[in-house]
Amino acid sequence: MNMKKTVIDFLLIENKQLNNDNFQLILQSPIPLSNILPGQFTNVEIKEAKEIFLRRPFSILDVDYKKQTISLLIKILGRGSKKITEAKTGQVISAIVPLGKSFSQPEKDDKILLIGGGSGVAPMLFLAKICGLNPSQVHVLIGAKSSVDHIDIANYQQFGQFYYTTEDGSLGEKGYVTNHSLFNQKIEQFDRIYTCGPDLMMKAVAKVAKEKNIFCEVSLENMMACGFGVCLCCVEDTKAGHKCVCTDGPVFNINDLKW
Amino acid sequence: MVNLEVKIHDLNLKNPVMTASGTCGFGEEIADFIDLSSLGGVFVKGTTLKPREGNPYPRMAETPSGMLNAVGLQNKGVDNFINNIYPRIKDINTHFIVNVNGSTIEDYVAVTEKVNELDKIPAIELNISCPNVKEGGMAFGVSCPSAEAVVKAVRRVYDKTLIVKLSPNVTSITDIAKAVEGQGADSVSLINTLLGMAINAETRKPVLSTITGGLSGPAVKPIALRMVWQVYNAVKIPVIGIGGIMNATDAIEFLLAGASAVQVGTALFIDPTIPIQIVDGISAYMERHKIQSVNDIIGSLQC
Repeated sequence: MNMKKTVIDFLLIENKQLNNDNFQLILQSPIPLSNILPGQFTNVEIKEAKEIFLRRPFSILDVDYKKQTISLLIKILGRGSKKITEAKTGQVISAIVPLGKSFSQPEKDDKILLIGGGSGVAPMLFLAKICGLNPSQVHVLIGAKSSVDHIDIANYQQFGQFYYTTEDGSLGEKGYVTNHSLFNQKIEQFDRIYTCGPDLMMKAVAKVAKEKNIFCEVSLENMMACGFGVCLCCVEDTKAGHKCVCTDGPVFNINDLKW
Repeated sequence: MVNLEVKIHDLNLKNPVMTASGTCGFGEEIADFIDLSSLGGVFVKGTTLKPREGNPYPRMAETPSGMLNAVGLQNKGVDNFINNIYPRIKDINTHFIVNVNGSTIEDYVAVTEKVNELDKIPAIELNISCPNVKEGGMAFGVSCPSAEAVVKAVRRVYDKTLIVKLSPNVTSITDIAKAVEGQGADSVSLINTLLGMAINAETRKPVLSTITGGLSGPAVKPIALRMVWQVYNAVKIPVIGIGGIMNATDAIEFLLAGASAVQVGTALFIDPTIPIQIVDGISAYMERHKIQSVNDIIGSLQC
């Protein structure tokens, strides 16, 4: 049974700076959480911030049902994300969960490639953790500008094989994720590709997936006001017309997009 | 126990708190969060004769204490509403009111005639104030003759409660209100969004694909309050107040200014449970001020 969309006053129990501009926030819910899936997101209220009116959407990094917590990976991109990373433990943070559709479940024999960039790493790690596949079937490729921009994935290491790229070559292979040898030489071995990150990165991944006819899902992050399908602001122009990224997505199969 | 019931022409509302068109879908979209039957009414998404894709992305810009939108009446058309949505919502115990839009008078009339067939839709809100469409919409609502013409044509085919939604983008909103009252409107709702604009200085480009869009949220509340007060004093039909209502105090201010009921809109994007909090807040205010009936608040502003 899917959890109803709910406005919850969470308690911020941990706010950890991971590196330059990435933070991990752990929010504890006063009510039980259930069935929150990778690719789904939460829309977080930014309180007491000058000129910030709307909530900010963040993808979910992890859920602990026993402790009733959700974990968010937040990269500072603007005023809203900056403000939320300044929150102190013990503070109450209103967030709406769970929103949007998740990545689809792989088949049990699938070999999957997860490609994350920026804060798009969050749903990829979550998916690696709960996709139910043997770690040998799960390959995770993470791109960043430099080694200092990569976050520590120690808690997820056991769920798959990890590969890195950096634009300056300071960690893993030099270049973008699409320059990585796994991607440009061995892509055919994968049954499914899942990706989340900057638009340009996802478009480059989708182009190759399409050429090679590999199942590929991407997670979009169009600007939105509500997050639950009433404002109709976050639309993506798909083959079936304007679709709300917040409710018809954020996860889309690339065959449905005009990419 | 306080009495929250109000009347908008033939509509008996269990309380004066409703949700605004374009901010609550068909009601279903917010049903996870609130019990729709605890609302006075639900104004469903703007509906046109033919499906509309709306304007290109980006359609939204956050602004100080508010936001701009340029959705452009994206909807699947009145037949989709009748065949697919209406059967699902018709038995929910609140008033569903259809927001009727058109590019021409004939469009407005055709949509109205179709909606008129639906037993459980007791009223329509004639939207002559959408600022985000190239044809029709606000064009009808900014001059008295065009507002009169569309209301007159719709009134001829519609006997149930006819609410006309007014644009604030006019020199004198009271003139428009009196004009539509003269053609038989049963109520006016105001305000629709204010025409605004946002610019990205870095890219030297407008933020919205349509360059201009409609401003809503707390930023517009003082303007909306002023207009509701002016219109309340200019017409005899009930006024529905809309504009930046975020909490019970805001709603009570609108009632004091003369609104018989209110619509909560943009606030739903921040917290879809706000309408319920407003109903509770109005009750608490009435108990605190020893007011028996919410009707005793309406227009009771002491100037």
